[in-house]
Amino acid sequence: MLGVIGAATVDDLFVDVPATARLPGPVPGLPLHASEMAVERHFASLARKNKAASDHPFFLGAGAYKHHVPASVDHLIQRGEFLTAYTPYQPEIAQGTLQVLFEFQTQVARLFGCDVANASMYDGSTACWEAIGMAGRITRRKKAVLSSGLHPHYVSVAKTMARFTGDQLDTATPSLGGTDMDRLIGAIDAETSCVVVQYPDVLGRIEDLSALSAACQAAGALLIAVVTEPVALGAIKAPGEMGADIVVGEGQSLGVGLQFGGPYIGLFATRDKYVRQMPGRLCGETVDANGKRGYVLTLSTREQHIRREKATSNICTNSGLCALAFSIHMTLLGERGLRDLAALNHAKAVLAAQRLAKLPGVCLANESFFNEFTLVLPKPARAVVHELAAKGVLGGVSLGRLYPRVTELEHGLVIAVTEVVSEGDIDALEAALKEVLA
Amino acid sequence: MNAPNAAGWRPELGETHLAGDETFTGNRALMLEERLIFEIGDATTTGVDLDVAPAAPSMLGSLARTAPIGLPGLSEPETVRHYTRLSRQNYAIDLGLFPLGSCTMKHNPRLNEAVARMKGFKDVHPLQPRETVQGALAVIDELAHWLVTLTGMDSVAMSPKAGAHGELCGILAIKAALEARGEDRKVILVPESAHGTNPATAAFAGFTVENIPANDAGRVDLAALQARLGPDVAGVMITNPNTCGLFEPDLKAISDAVHAAGGYVYCDGANFNAIVGKVRPGDLGVDAMHINLHKTFSTPHGGGGPGSGPVVLSAALSPFAPLPYVKREADGSLRLVEEETAGEDQPDSFGRMVAFHGQMGMFTRALAYILSHGADGLKQVAEDAVLNANYVLRSLEGVLDAPFGHSGPCMHEALFTDDGFAEGFSTLDVAKGLIDEGFHPMTVYFPLVVHGAMLVEPTETESKAALDQFIGALRSVALRAKQGDPALKSTPHFAPRRRLDETLAARKPVLAWKGDKAEG
Amino acid sequence: MTRYFTQDHEWIDVSGTSGVVGITEYAQSQLGDITYVDLPSAGATVKKGDAPCVVDSVKAASDVYSPVSGTITAANDALGDAPELVNTDAEEGGWLFRIDLSDPAELDGLMDKAAYDAYVAGL
Repeated sequence: MLGVIGAATVDDLFVDVPATARLPGPVPGLPLHASEMAVERHFASLARKNKAASDHPFFLGAGAYKHHVPASVDHLIQRGEFLTAYTPYQPEIAQGTLQVLFEFQTQVARLFGCDVANASMYDGSTACWEAIGMAGRITRRKKAVLSSGLHPHYVSVAKTMARFTGDQLDTATPSLGGTDMDRLIGAIDAETSCVVVQYPDVLGRIEDLSALSAACQAAGALLIAVVTEPVALGAIKAPGEMGADIVVGEGQSLGVGLQFGGPYIGLFATRDKYVRQMPGRLCGETVDANGKRGYVLTLSTREQHIRREKATSNICTNSGLCALAFSIHMTLLGERGLRDLAALNHAKAVLAAQRLAKLPGVCLANESFFNEFTLVLPKPARAVVHELAAKGVLGGVSLGRLYPRVTELEHGLVIAVTEVVSEGDIDALEAALKEVLA
Repeated sequence: MNAPNAAGWRPELGETHLAGDETFTGNRALMLEERLIFEIGDATTTGVDLDVAPAAPSMLGSLARTAPIGLPGLSEPETVRHYTRLSRQNYAIDLGLFPLGSCTMKHNPRLNEAVARMKGFKDVHPLQPRETVQGALAVIDELAHWLVTLTGMDSVAMSPKAGAHGELCGILAIKAALEARGEDRKVILVPESAHGTNPATAAFAGFTVENIPANDAGRVDLAALQARLGPDVAGVMITNPNTCGLFEPDLKAISDAVHAAGGYVYCDGANFNAIVGKVRPGDLGVDAMHINLHKTFSTPHGGGGPGSGPVVLSAALSPFAPLPYVKREADGSLRLVEEETAGEDQPDSFGRMVAFHGQMGMFTRALAYILSHGADGLKQVAEDAVLNANYVLRSLEGVLDAPFGHSGPCMHEALFTDDGFAEGFSTLDVAKGLIDEGFHPMTVYFPLVVHGAMLVEPTETESKAALDQFIGALRSVALRAKQGDPALKSTPHFAPRRRLDETLAARKPVLAWKGDKAEG
Repeated sequence: MTRYFTQDHEWIDVSGTSGVVGITEYAQSQLGDITYVDLPSAGATVKKGDAPCVVDSVKAASDVYSPVSGTITAANDALGDAPELVNTDAEEGGWLFRIDLSDPAELDGLMDKAAYDAYVAGL
């Protein structure tokens, strides 16, 4: 090969690299290559240092949920034709990925009660910020009002971005006493681009969005709903049904798994009339030269590789394989399976809440919830979570972790109960909590 | 439309009459047509087997769902067939050479998949107490150590979700650093060969983008850049190796000039795979660089993500790095620095970019690749990638115009143009012709600095035998384009679909299936 | 009515202080199939050189620069359903927007048809 190239050594091919910057050997301070067995052993030893959700009574939620993922999902996404394909820019040899995206977009749009969805985004938090940006482009206004029930990480992401884009954010800390629907409606004015509300909210509460939607509409602002637990929509009304203009969400619950926070999948849906302001990739139907139905990426002139500095967003990659996993899981469930799954989650959560709220000094903060609720404990919840972990129970997310230094919230413990939680798991949590609080 | 009916038949052909190469089902042996889930599933079928819900009162208030959603279900065997059939309509690295320039389609080792699926990694919640996730934090910490050492930089921000997100991280760090200095510099200089994401990112962060031209050798025009530097310039965004597949020999001089003028150097690290283990960007004066784990470190592209884009930072920019990050305590334990302690640990941080901590599933895969290769193997990765690209360049420069072939070796990708093609023939025709030969096409129409670009990136994955077959195929297709073979214009002939009507798709967008609504 | 041309391949028909703007036959031939036109709203004020309108083809989005300063009075709504009019009838039925000129002296810097044809021939 060097003969064809006309070079004496491979190093001659790096002639453009200044001699002073060229390393004479392997980068110093790093180990050399290792065998497959050695690498596996290393990872196995690290993996053992983690407490896996499936090995313990497990009740964490707050934006990431443990659900049972059917075995066929992981089998199918590991097919090399999906796993090792690129973004489908050559549609004639990417119809598999493209048809999946078209099906995925339709599933997401229907689940959210919207007309149209994109082919996915990085995660729920970035989708949420992108929705705020899109509302700004549509309304040409710069003020977003964020519900106090919006996940604090999502709020943080929006604050980071807004600092650089000059958007103004109206935010508030949640209260265990009730939601801030009145504050939101009162805050809408002629400068408001959008109101962002999480449904169910970070404490698990569910609230009708219709009045808020009407208030937004009257002021020319958009209503953005954020769904971090899509399974809930098998049991409760879709935000789109209640007038939300943009619905975004975290799709991790279906097909993707916990994975210590990523990769996850941002869901993004809206009304037909806003589609050209929507960020992210889109797959559309068309025909080929023989008139056969087929799919292509379309409306790409909104995107960064064409619009450059005028793009709707700088996002390039989506979350393709996670979209595939989400879509397969949703196809396996179907309408009936999703509704049954949601009913199972809700029933288990209600029974768990009833039992736990009877513990001495413990009360339930929610008037309504789906599969996640907030308990108010007789002492700060943060330490309780660590003590529960020491007893082998992964017992929820403390509001102290999510809202450090907010003393009014420090007794709050957010508990998620999904279909994977057994009666025995609830016994274990009840017993451990009783001991820790005694 | 030329498609099977609801039963999957094409009765218009007649039961016994099969015209020409048509079949009754529309299938062709192993090439199977597959309808949409909305056409084959229904609302009552499900492929999951759930426990029966116990009796319990409702806590849903007035919001219980009453309207149908419109989601079809399939049984498990139907589901497995549906997606298996669809998968077979995709090209993939697992099927063959995938020379997509600037995208780095290298083999994805399955060891990476295996370790990512260990339950101690895949089944861990991001908000678990830290004493229950020390192994996960150790993976992040260990990968961070490798990335910082390989690049010769000061620190790394691990949370960005992909390359463009990493770019944003780097640009926001620059913006925060300028704010801390009390300076309001507005201009980011971007060479015209930049990735399209670069100007999009800079504009998003509120900067004005100005282009810097390339010289005849396909590199940044150093004199033009120096002439533009001044107190209004926040920095430059430069890609090295650049999008023509060439190393920027003046990068150190560029960095020195930018630093002297008070600006910062952002390096797009999308092409780091060409120099990993050979050159440390920190030695060239780079202040921030994102690393696409899905390119250089072999995490799978997955048909368009998920990616991961950690950003290495110089000492000047490290104080502004985003939250969260992993910190090692005096007792050796690991913890996440989040909003709670940012005031003490990282007071100048520009904040959080994502919920939770980044793409853990990509970190495990990338670290498995890195540990398998080691410092010596990674160096060879770069060398083999560059060797393969130069072999392609020199094997084809007699047939295809190689605009920078005269200026010396290329790095990991070889750039050709459509110069010399017959009237009416374009790089698109060559791309589609290659599909029929069993290859994924190279990147076309990028970079923009040359007309009719074709960018070939073979990666280190390919053997000489695989390269020779590809070179032969590309030579043949290129000759057809030069001779004006009309059959090339209608390629591909043998793919699951012929050329698709992208104009129709954009003029009359159909972005969701509405068949049931139209019929209802 | 007089027609003027710009170096960015827009045309403008002017009668008094009212003008009609579109892109030239040459421009549409270079852009290929037009898929969408992002039209300005009536009432918007623009300066000469602003880009109140964007023409999309499959692979590119091209700004249309206003040849003059003034107030937009109307947009060609027919392009909403039929953007292909810009391809088939660029210099008549495919017009983009009407504008009330605030400074007719700006027309002095534009080309007439002969000058524009010579300009295109030299590209």
